Amino acid sequence: MSEQPMRPATPMLQQIAEHHSLLQRFMGVSKEWKGFVFLLLAGFGLANLAIAYVVVDGRLDGHWYDIRDLGNAVAGLRGWMQDEGFHPAVPYVTTALLGALGILSVVGGWLLIGSWVERRVLAKFQIRQGPNRTGPFGLLQPIADAVKLMQKEVVIPRAADHFLYYAPPVIIFIPALLGWGPVPWAERMSFLDLNVGVLYTIAISSLGVLGVFLAGWSSNNHYSLLGAMRTVAMMVSYEIPISIALLAVVLLTGSMQLSTIVAWQANYNAWLILLLPFAAFTFLFASTAEINRTPNDIGEAESEIVAGFYTEYSGMKAGLFMGVELGNAILVGAMMSTFFLGGYTLFGLETWIPGYLILTTKIGLVYFLFVWLRGTLPRFRLDQLMGYAWKFLIPLSIAQVMLVAIEASIFARWDVPAIFPLVAFALVNLGLTVEMVRRWARALGYAPEIMAQQPVMATTIGGLKAAQKMRGG
Amino acid sequence: MPARRRQGTNVNSTVEPYVLNIGPQHPSTHGVFRVRVVMDGEVIRDLDMIVGYLHRSMEKLAEERTYTQNIPFTDRADYLAAMSGNLGLALGIERLAGVEVPERASYLRVIFAELQRIASHAMANGTLVSDAGAWQTPLLYMFREREKILDLFEMTCGARLTTNYMRAGGVSFEPPPEFWPALKELVAELPGRIDEYMELLADNEIFLGRTRGIGVITPEDAINGSLVGPALRGSGVPWDLRKAEPYCVYDRFDFDVPVGIRGDVYDRFMCRMMETRESVRILQQAIAQIPAGPHKNDIPLALRPPVGEVYSRVEGPRGEVGFYLVSDGGPAPYRFHLRAPSLINLSLLRELARGASLPDAVVTLGSIDIVVGEIDR
Amino acid sequence: MPAGPNQLLGHRVADAIEAALRGAVTGRHVEWVEVRSDRVRDVLHFLHDSEAFDAAQLSNLTSVDRHTHFEVVYHLQSLDLNHQIVVKAIVEDHENPLLPSAYPVYKGALLQEREVYDLMGIRFEGHPDLRRLFLWEGYPAYPLRKDFLSLGQITGKDVNPGLVRFPFEDTEDPDRMLNAGNIVTGEREAAAGNAGQAQAGH
Repeated sequence: MSEQPMRPATPMLQQIAEHHSLLQRFMGVSKEWKGFVFLLLAGFGLANLAIAYVVVDGRLDGHWYDIRDLGNAVAGLRGWMQDEGFHPAVPYVTTALLGALGILSVVGGWLLIGSWVERRVLAKFQIRQGPNRTGPFGLLQPIADAVKLMQKEVVIPRAADHFLYYAPPVIIFIPALLGWGPVPWAERMSFLDLNVGVLYTIAISSLGVLGVFLAGWSSNNHYSLLGAMRTVAMMVSYEIPISIALLAVVLLTGSMQLSTIVAWQANYNAWLILLLPFAAFTFLFASTAEINRTPNDIGEAESEIVAGFYTEYSGMKAGLFMGVELGNAILVGAMMSTFFLGGYTLFGLETWIPGYLILTTKIGLVYFLFVWLRGTLPRFRLDQLMGYAWKFLIPLSIAQVMLVAIEASIFARWDVPAIFPLVAFALVNLGLTVEMVRRWARALGYAPEIMAQQPVMATTIGGLKAAQKMRGG
Repeated sequence: MPARRRQGTNVNSTVEPYVLNIGPQHPSTHGVFRVRVVMDGEVIRDLDMIVGYLHRSMEKLAEERTYTQNIPFTDRADYLAAMSGNLGLALGIERLAGVEVPERASYLRVIFAELQRIASHAMANGTLVSDAGAWQTPLLYMFREREKILDLFEMTCGARLTTNYMRAGGVSFEPPPEFWPALKELVAELPGRIDEYMELLADNEIFLGRTRGIGVITPEDAINGSLVGPALRGSGVPWDLRKAEPYCVYDRFDFDVPVGIRGDVYDRFMCRMMETRESVRILQQAIAQIPAGPHKNDIPLALRPPVGEVYSRVEGPRGEVGFYLVSDGGPAPYRFHLRAPSLINLSLLRELARGASLPDAVVTLGSIDIVVGEIDR
Repeated sequence: MPAGPNQLLGHRVADAIEAALRGAVTGRHVEWVEVRSDRVRDVLHFLHDSEAFDAAQLSNLTSVDRHTHFEVVYHLQSLDLNHQIVVKAIVEDHENPLLPSAYPVYKGALLQEREVYDLMGIRFEGHPDLRRLFLWEGYPAYPLRKDFLSLGQITGKDVNPGLVRFPFEDTEDPDRMLNAGNIVTGEREAAAGNAGQAQAGH
């Protein structure tokens, strides 16, 4: 092999070699611009350092981030309104509107960022470039997509049921927005801090099935109907493991209020994923089934039933379905963070950093996990997935709930520092989970050593007789 | 075909069967391949394949063209394995007309045919995993190797897909000097890549669950149904034309034939994977052994083979690619027939699909690995 | 030698068939056996079941139009013994060709016979699903037949006189035929005027 680099041999490779990367383009700009960017970055860093110095100095009473903490800001606004003597409805309605606006903008922002992240990260997983033409790093791609989808003609099948056909994209959006109600973004920063928040979450999440089934039915298309039937069957099945997994959480923390669950985790400095690994796994897996994501995206398995229940939808109607799918993934990320990953807390760091930033980071991590799964795993089959819910997740979840019930009563009665029972529970639960999963899988007939038998190498050729000989030997 | 009502064997199934039309535009039909499926819920009761959307009547057109002019048709038949098609026809013309081939040309043919096999298997396995639902990641990884192979083709003969490289009496071009380092680099990195895919897919629980025990073809059925290539070998029949009828210089290389144990989708997938490894072995030996010399013999432009007929066949990526050429002494074949493995491997599709669920049928079709250009011709 | 490397001699196969099925063989050739078209299924059965021939796989099935009759060619492959047998069935009736199907012996004949029926118009008796494969039902002709020139001929109106074979071919010097891609018509006509220049030009 020659030492010096070869010239690209083909026209296509030459084109690729001539294409400059973003970094190369940046290196090519003038010195003045480079200096400007450097000054900007340096100034930002210095400002942050100054703030940190002031904070560490203790001059701001540990509440320095009040101006940035939206929850405190709204609480302050409400207090000011009450002090000024407005009618009691005014502060209530104002804060409710502000919260609704907050949720809408959060969800909208996530839809924009999330779709870019999904496409870009997935592209990196798949050694592609991903969107890189609209704006820097293709950041404006979601906006371009949205504009494109809105401009597209909405084709309605003649045989479709028109009213029912129009309704689902709207219907399916409602639970995706309502689900954000009880999520605690920071201390005192929750739109709807219900004391039955877990119940509310479960109830809202089962509403989505309605829109899916309407969409599949009204399209009057076999693919849509198949997708809808699959999705409905799956959603109804996976409601149960989700509920049971959350029951374990409720038993251990003793509350159905999401903020209390987070506070419990912050109080003991123990994320529930460490204490209840199987519940966390069940929740995550069942959620991927609920929201139709890989490896459980059988409701819209593109290699089998094209696009599932929204095959017949076009333009922004299809865009709404896709947006809901994405929004649900983010919502599940928020739920996962709240229930199992400590919510807006991070081992005391929440006194220094606004809680919603911590929660956002955690949501982003869970979302990244979803994208990662999508970039890696094949899809289950419908019967495998249903069997997995009914034969595997539900029995084991019930067993785990019993175990957690015992642990919770021990925890309530045993008068020792909390660290001892919690560590013991974590170890016991992890060990029992692993053992239980292994034994149950074996009992259900799982045999990896037979599954992965690989082909044998033949050195001679032959026909049926040779085949029988190889099979026998 | 009429949707037959099921007799009351299964009391749970009381729904009316319905007809689902899959294709010609459908993500998992790999081209313009159409099947009408009679479904009972998710289970396929009957199936009717409809092909011909890509029919270009190559066999008729070939009767109006000289033997050399017919070689480009083989590119367009199996467009994912153009080199194998080229090779089959070139060998057929040579046997019919008694043309000798220089040794270097034979080695070049082996090198390009094996590269083509790797590229085609990468495509087949990638799309199979895509059919199983992995969102195109393995496909795009396998495309990475395929791209490099297509770059090698482009360097040598200027075309990436429809190569038209092999001629009666040799190959059309000598590879350029930068071909050999690039080829050696590729051959050196391919085993690692194959290990990577094995790691990703061979023990993947979901993939195993989707492919193990699905679409089982017994060796008896496989032989009787004229299956060839990885579909036959996946069923456990150790049959490979490179060993059975060593053409070119295949008898000088040391390689094995991977043979499946159960005849299911996973076995066919793994057979392709392991064949890729064997192809790399052949490539290594061919690079080491290739002699210097001319890359083609001069043949008369108007090749008029004597009256006779020939059935030449090579082991393409999808199996036995056969060319049945009948000469009447003229410059064009009197009859030109391409035995298309993609079409004939579908003989058992209906039996395989009946009683299977839709996802299983999709994966089974993916594992048989069809190329519609070759089915329709 | 056009015969394949592992191809059995036609005479040997013909003798064995003749011994088992009297009157089935109509012609012997070094490379193939010609059998009577109505007994082709018996012959295939015999070759498939016989220990000595073990024709386990129907490797290829195709047909040739010989203007007066059709040949249906069966390439049979024994995988265990690694040899190839070529059987030809001569279908004398050019107007209404009919042949017993090989499907009861070889399942692999399913699509190949459909293809032959579609493109050559040979009907196979006993085929479970004999429909056209590539062309649509009701297409008025069988394109691979030698008398298929144009649709005009089929409908009775002579719209298109048919393709002219190799207008570029040099009939006086048949070994120097020029490739169609290398010559344009005008050049060819000029060359016809001045043979010496054409020699120099190429």
